[in-house]
Amino acid sequence: MALNRKLAVIDLTTGDIEIKPIGIEVRRKFLGGRGLDAYLLYNYTEKGCDPLGPDNVLIISGGVLTATCASATARTHIMAKSPLTNLLGSSNMGGFFAPELAWAGFHHLVIKGRAEKPIYLFVHDGEIEIRDAGHLWGMTTTETQWAIREDLADEEVKACVIGPAGENLVRYANVMTGIKNAAGRTGMGCVMGSKNLKAVAARGTQDITIARPVEALEYNKRFIDQITSAKVNQTQGTLGTPFIWGATNCWGGLRTRNFQYNQCENADDIEPERIDEIAEETIGPHHMTGCFGCQVHCRAQYKIPSGPYAGKYDEGPEYTSQGAFGAEPDCKSAVTVLTGNHLVNQYGVDNLEIGSIISWAMELYELGIITKEQTDGLELDWGNDEAVLEMVHRICQRKGWLGDTLADGGIQASEKIGKSSFDYLIQVKGMNNLHSDERATPALALNVATSSRGSDHLRSRPAIDLYHLPEKVLRKIYSSPVPYDGPLSSEHTSYVGKAWEVFWQENTYMAVDCLGICKYHTTFLGATLPNFEDWPKVLYYNTGLEFTPVELWDIAVRCNMIERMFNLREGMSRNDPHTGDVLNHRYHDEPCRRGAPDVVGLLIDREKFDQMVDEFYEHKGLDPDGVPRPQTLERLGLSNEPSHLV
Amino acid sequence: MHSSHKVLKIDYEKCTGCRLCELVCAVKHDHVSNPMRSRIRVIKWEAEGIYVPMACQQCADAPCVNACPVKALSMNEDLGRVEVDYDVCIGCRTCVSVCPFGGMQYISADKRVVKCDLCDGDPQCVRFCEVKALEFVDVDDVSLDLKRQAAIRLQAADKKAAALQ
Repeated sequence: MALNRKLAVIDLTTGDIEIKPIGIEVRRKFLGGRGLDAYLLYNYTEKGCDPLGPDNVLIISGGVLTATCASATARTHIMAKSPLTNLLGSSNMGGFFAPELAWAGFHHLVIKGRAEKPIYLFVHDGEIEIRDAGHLWGMTTTETQWAIREDLADEEVKACVIGPAGENLVRYANVMTGIKNAAGRTGMGCVMGSKNLKAVAARGTQDITIARPVEALEYNKRFIDQITSAKVNQTQGTLGTPFIWGATNCWGGLRTRNFQYNQCENADDIEPERIDEIAEETIGPHHMTGCFGCQVHCRAQYKIPSGPYAGKYDEGPEYTSQGAFGAEPDCKSAVTVLTGNHLVNQYGVDNLEIGSIISWAMELYELGIITKEQTDGLELDWGNDEAVLEMVHRICQRKGWLGDTLADGGIQASEKIGKSSFDYLIQVKGMNNLHSDERATPALALNVATSSRGSDHLRSRPAIDLYHLPEKVLRKIYSSPVPYDGPLSSEHTSYVGKAWEVFWQENTYMAVDCLGICKYHTTFLGATLPNFEDWPKVLYYNTGLEFTPVELWDIAVRCNMIERMFNLREGMSRNDPHTGDVLNHRYHDEPCRRGAPDVVGLLIDREKFDQMVDEFYEHKGLDPDGVPRPQTLERLGLSNEPSHLV
Repeated sequence: MHSSHKVLKIDYEKCTGCRLCELVCAVKHDHVSNPMRSRIRVIKWEAEGIYVPMACQQCADAPCVNACPVKALSMNEDLGRVEVDYDVCIGCRTCVSVCPFGGMQYISADKRVVKCDLCDGDPQCVRFCEVKALEFVDVDDVSLDLKRQAAIRLQAADKKAAALQ
């Protein structure tokens, strides 16, 4: 059954492998997936460890429901101390790897040490082998995966791998599986590269017994009907995440030219419908693909129509690639978006981070802070598509002064570039924001400022805040499973009650990340999707574990707390511009210049923002410095960490 | 009214490659999650984004039935499926070797052959396939539907050609 999946501690320095059971006490406190990863990271690392040294641990996991008869349990979670932020490194991806890991008998791999030469791990039916990867070093992400299959003479092997960006220690290199599933954020691929770990491959044939198979099957059908009947998922299943592109741009929520505008003039040219017109086998009802067991199938398939990469097959582009290669550098061409998306997938680098950092460099070039000498003659002008794609190559290969500098991430690069460059860097805790502009949406601004892994939309974003749902509906969603009778506002420009929304979303996303379920199957973009009331049933039918909705909520609160404890241990402090729960000054000083009438002129009010952070801390049980109160730790059973339960 | 039965119709162009069919098949039949136990498997060309679900074709003149040395296999005309009589089957796996589709499989953990039984008339793979890459349709309607789809393609091509003139 799911609960007998094991944890392996693999020491790449010595080659020792220790396989351990995951006890029920651990499950009841941290459940699995991201939550248990956070606990393991806190326990297996020492304060101040070098993210690129052998003392950092890389944890790869599936959720407690992975590969059971529940909907969309494809998610793989990866954690380590981040080489980009020096704080929590944490990233999550779909695909088919985590189910294969579970069928191979494992839920969590804790990888420490550093191999002497390139290696990869092969996990199969209760065993783990360390294999030579000398012949794989230098290969792109897909080349690596196909070569591993050939190596093992097994087409069913699934692997999560790094590309050249991870090998070259680009600090925001990602880990990939399949064509485009990416654990993109916080540089987990860079940590793999530092350990000489090219890939982790898995192949499993072990049964996962379902506790109550008849009920699990029927409940799964009900779950899927609920998920696929939501309009938001039907649209996702036709256009993918780019479906939100046009609407977001219309009201003025797209970061353009780094942070100069909140709306891009060329949005129509890269709409999903436009991509459908120009690209062969692309977005559309018959050209969508999905992750394991998921009926949302939100990933488009395409072939690049023209240019030097014409005819190359890839998947996406996601909304994030539209921003990275469209709005932020102000490029007009859909072919640039498709090509940029292909390049980041092949190099294995975070599209959000690279798009953001290139557009930051473009603004610095415009201001004269970066000179033509420093770009080695490259004209980094807004809308210069070729220069943007060239920068992707240079960063991933660490070629030239600027490529090498930007490969170290925004904060390090700003120290090297100097002058006022840091003022223009749109980052939180050292990680750059995606191409969204939160100046008109205090709830979303609070989300990016307080997210445990730095600026990010997938940790606590109350996206439904933008829908202007009636207060009654909002209250119904946000007062379960724990009561909330404080203020709430349907108005997205308001500061009222937003701290609770962010706190609630933070716990919801942690819960799905522990379960191993995709966020499109909960309250993220759709308001009617499954929640804390549904998950205990799914858990019970599939694993036999019994929880009340409130118990599950408490697990999420506990896991979020241990992430915060990790960040505090590694030096985070509330108002520090490098590590704190703060925004770039431009959010507070430069009003929105474009967008809907109720958006133009808006910015984030400093005082009200600080009040929101105070409220958020209060909900979490933190003191005004953002440190957990002793009674909070007592209540969550975290007073004695690290407790080394496993 | 002529006598007919339903068949599993696979339209691989619609398949998203999610493998939910494999999951529900194993859970339905063996109460476990394990694609190795699924009677249907999605064969993939990931580098090209092509996914083809494969299962028993329930052949009219089935090689497995013909080859079985102990006559453990037979066609059930009412349900339109080839069945294994486990009281007779000796587990020799001849049927596995002769099937041109890989529709017969041997589960080593259980030491027995298994095949698609169409879930006694309510195939779970079809029930869970939202994109309708898998459908359970009357055997006589399969080719008519394929003719219609081909006609639509031809007509569209004609219109395109006319536009070029």
